[in-house]
Amino acid sequence: MTLSDIMFYLFAGSILTFSVLTVTSRRILRSAVYLLFVLVSTAGLYFMLNYNFLAAVQLTVYAGGIIVLIIFSILLTSHVSEKAVVAPLKQQIFSALAVAAGAVLTLMTIFKFAFTPTASPAIESNVQNVGRALVSYGRDGYALPFEVISILLLAAMVGAIVLAKKEKHLDPTEPTSNN
Amino acid sequence: MIGNISLNSFLVISTLMFFIGIYGFLTRRNLITMLMSIELILNSVNINFVVFNRFLYPNQLQGHFFSLIVIAVAASEAAVAIAIIINIYRNFKSIDVENLDQMKF
Repeated sequence: MTLSDIMFYLFAGSILTFSVLTVTSRRILRSAVYLLFVLVSTAGLYFMLNYNFLAAVQLTVYAGGIIVLIIFSILLTSHVSEKAVVAPLKQQIFSALAVAAGAVLTLMTIFKFAFTPTASPAIESNVQNVGRALVSYGRDGYALPFEVISILLLAAMVGAIVLAKKEKHLDPTEPTSNN
Repeated sequence: MIGNISLNSFLVISTLMFFIGIYGFLTRRNLITMLMSIELILNSVNINFVVFNRFLYPNQLQGHFFSLIVIAVAASEAAVAIAIIINIYRNFKSIDVENLDQMKF
């Protein structure tokens, strides 16, 4: 049992435990914090796989950005001590059965399939290579998806602001003119 | 730094996480917790892409970039979804899916 084994099992255990807690916790704010732990452990897995840039992005965007957004919206829409309504027991049982069947099927397929790695030499995934690939437009270049994702982010940002903007006329009977 | 951990152990984790997310999506009744289940699902798919890239095709960075783009899409999706949820809360005073049947035919 080497150190990397111990780290892997630590991350794996915390990912599984906190994912279960995320979907079963009755308090919404707590389940958001459990989701934060899941995402941080995933970033740990990326560090283990030597993708340092991706792990940093995971930590800043997911753990830093999305979780803060989710916690803000929880605080805006419900009380901190409010408990979530759970689905009826019958629905829970049938969902658990369907999910277990799907998981067993997928795991059987995974263990049966023979993955064959490529024989080509590995390239280093340091920030230099990542940055070069992100802006090059030739072979193995990702300039087009990079531009597309920036347009998408801009559109989502504008859309979110427009959607969440408060209307001037709060009286529902009075017709609003601009939408 | 991977040591002798096999590809399959990573895939088992991501599979279990994916199906836990689906369970949450099916059983939760609150829009924000359903959104959190979707984040779990997206995250497990990310793990798959990264692990396949590292173990099977280490000569290129396709899975790495796919995960980066999925993270960006997840961020924009969360922003728009939360804007919609806040708007729904303003109009209905509730974000419970049971109460949101206004547009049902």
